[in-house]
Amino acid sequence: MRRSLLKLRGLCLIAFSALALLQAPARAELTIEITGAGANRIPLAIADFGGDPASSRALTSVIRSDLERSGLFKLIESSGVAMTESSSPSYGDWKNRGADALAAGSIGASGDGRQEARFRLYDINKQSSLGGAAFVASTPMLRAAGHRIADVIYEKLIGEPGVFATRIAYVVKSGANRYELQIADADGQNAQAALKSKEPIISPVWSPDGSRLAYVSFENKKPVVYVHSLASGQRIVVANFKGSNSAPAWSPDGRKLAVVLSKEGGSQIFTVNADGSGVQRLTTSSGINTEPFFSPDGQSIYFTSDRGGSPQIYRSGINGGDAQRITFEGSYNVSPRISPDGKSMAFISRRESGFRLAVMDLASKQVQILTDSNKDESPSFAPNGRMILIATEIGGRGVLSAVSIDGRIKQRLSIPAGDVREPAWGPFTR
Amino acid sequence: MKQLIIAALFAFFIAGCSSTPDTSGQDGAPVETRGGGVSTVTAGGVDGSRLPAILTDPKSILSKRSVYFDYDKYEVRDEYKDLVTAHAKFLADNRQFKMLIQGNTDDRGSREYNLALGQKRADAIKKMLTLLGAREEQVESVSLGEEKPKNEGQNEAAWAENRRGDMLYNGEF
Repeated sequence: MRRSLLKLRGLCLIAFSALALLQAPARAELTIEITGAGANRIPLAIADFGGDPASSRALTSVIRSDLERSGLFKLIESSGVAMTESSSPSYGDWKNRGADALAAGSIGASGDGRQEARFRLYDINKQSSLGGAAFVASTPMLRAAGHRIADVIYEKLIGEPGVFATRIAYVVKSGANRYELQIADADGQNAQAALKSKEPIISPVWSPDGSRLAYVSFENKKPVVYVHSLASGQRIVVANFKGSNSAPAWSPDGRKLAVVLSKEGGSQIFTVNADGSGVQRLTTSSGINTEPFFSPDGQSIYFTSDRGGSPQIYRSGINGGDAQRITFEGSYNVSPRISPDGKSMAFISRRESGFRLAVMDLASKQVQILTDSNKDESPSFAPNGRMILIATEIGGRGVLSAVSIDGRIKQRLSIPAGDVREPAWGPFTR
Repeated sequence: MKQLIIAALFAFFIAGCSSTPDTSGQDGAPVETRGGGVSTVTAGGVDGSRLPAILTDPKSILSKRSVYFDYDKYEVRDEYKDLVTAHAKFLADNRQFKMLIQGNTDDRGSREYNLALGQKRADAIKKMLTLLGAREEQVESVSLGEEKPKNEGQNEAAWAENRRGDMLYNGEF
């Protein structure tokens, strides 16, 4: 815990506007199951929020389940305590209950017909307030306010931003030919379809600002790369050349995409502007070059190539030049994704005939295998770099799994009737 | 108009925000997009048309369209040479016809890597067709990777069936 380093922050009101009223009805939703937790969880009490019973119960439950699901907190029983952000906590009592930190708050009318959720966080050992915040929300957006509160608590106690208010994208296949690209909150709730198709959809990736997704759709009987604006549903064809067009990756500034095109023979990596103009070839080796991924500084591209005889991960400068081989252990290393801090690389490695999630420390080249599954695919880092979302298979069915970078914390996300695959964790929303 | 009013209201609320915790940033806009801003698009397809009997009659070699490959390989095996030659001749004799070759793989490994592998298979068939008389502009080779398995099974027989290139004429794709 790095509480002492954290500063108090002022109260703020964030307005969640009436746009919430346009919210679509909920679809078949992801259910999350926690299958592993961290070793040293912070004992944290979240007192029942005061105010309107139904709203405060819903809000308290969102905050508690967000923090508990992270695997970093042990929730301390707090029933029977009536307190709000303006009560003075009984530090001795909370210490006896075993809490290191306590959050208390309330929900009330904001004066304009919406609801205002306020809370304050306390350090039980130091007997001091760690600050608080307030969020105004219309009733249908209470969950979002809960995620924001959980993010504040997470950041104050862990010292890095929380990802509870982020979104994820993934593809659901139900039946022989029903594909949906869905967007959901990071807790799997509030799922909405961005694209429905009778043909496969793969490789969704979020633009750095979270407003667009690039992906590959087979709706024209061949792979074509699209950029899709989520709010408007407007789509731009970014690459539809003769042959196959696939594997989009955004540059960190959101202006360009790296894509894989077969128009000049073989599968080669090109860069293209986000509007489809300015196509430039990057790789020249014969054979397969695919799965490009920009380093966070935008200066290099990691990719998969079979130029050495088996699929391995390489790195090359954005202006081409000699590629450097990155993976050496094993005969099948694919799907490189670099962590937001640029220090590690998640990838899929075939080990003992299973395809498993692995992480490499890029400085030491040390590799750690994080799962013991057989069909891991498509890793995607959470924007705070703490968890990696992957697709895997359990009992012949596609599910998503979130795995912490030390492999200890595991969550499984599944949908009752359908295969879930191709996850992509969205950026922080600012 | 409704959208304009909502946008104006939203801007008003944001403007009223005095200070925010670092975790939230100055504007709450993305929270709103999460709640309400996803529009659903339904993708369309490609229309078909009729083909001459010689391409569809089960007695004609041209009714056969599939070339099968070995694991992790993309060489056209000898047993498919007559089939590919017959299609090359048809394309040479019928310049108005176009062909789409779809390469496929089994479902082991990365989807995007398999897409590239399927492309290699489709390219190998295309190369043979063009060497035997088809014109470059008549033939397009693309990959479906592991996305459209003919056999959904998880065994060697199913995988072998999915390691395949299909030759399709206009109207069939």
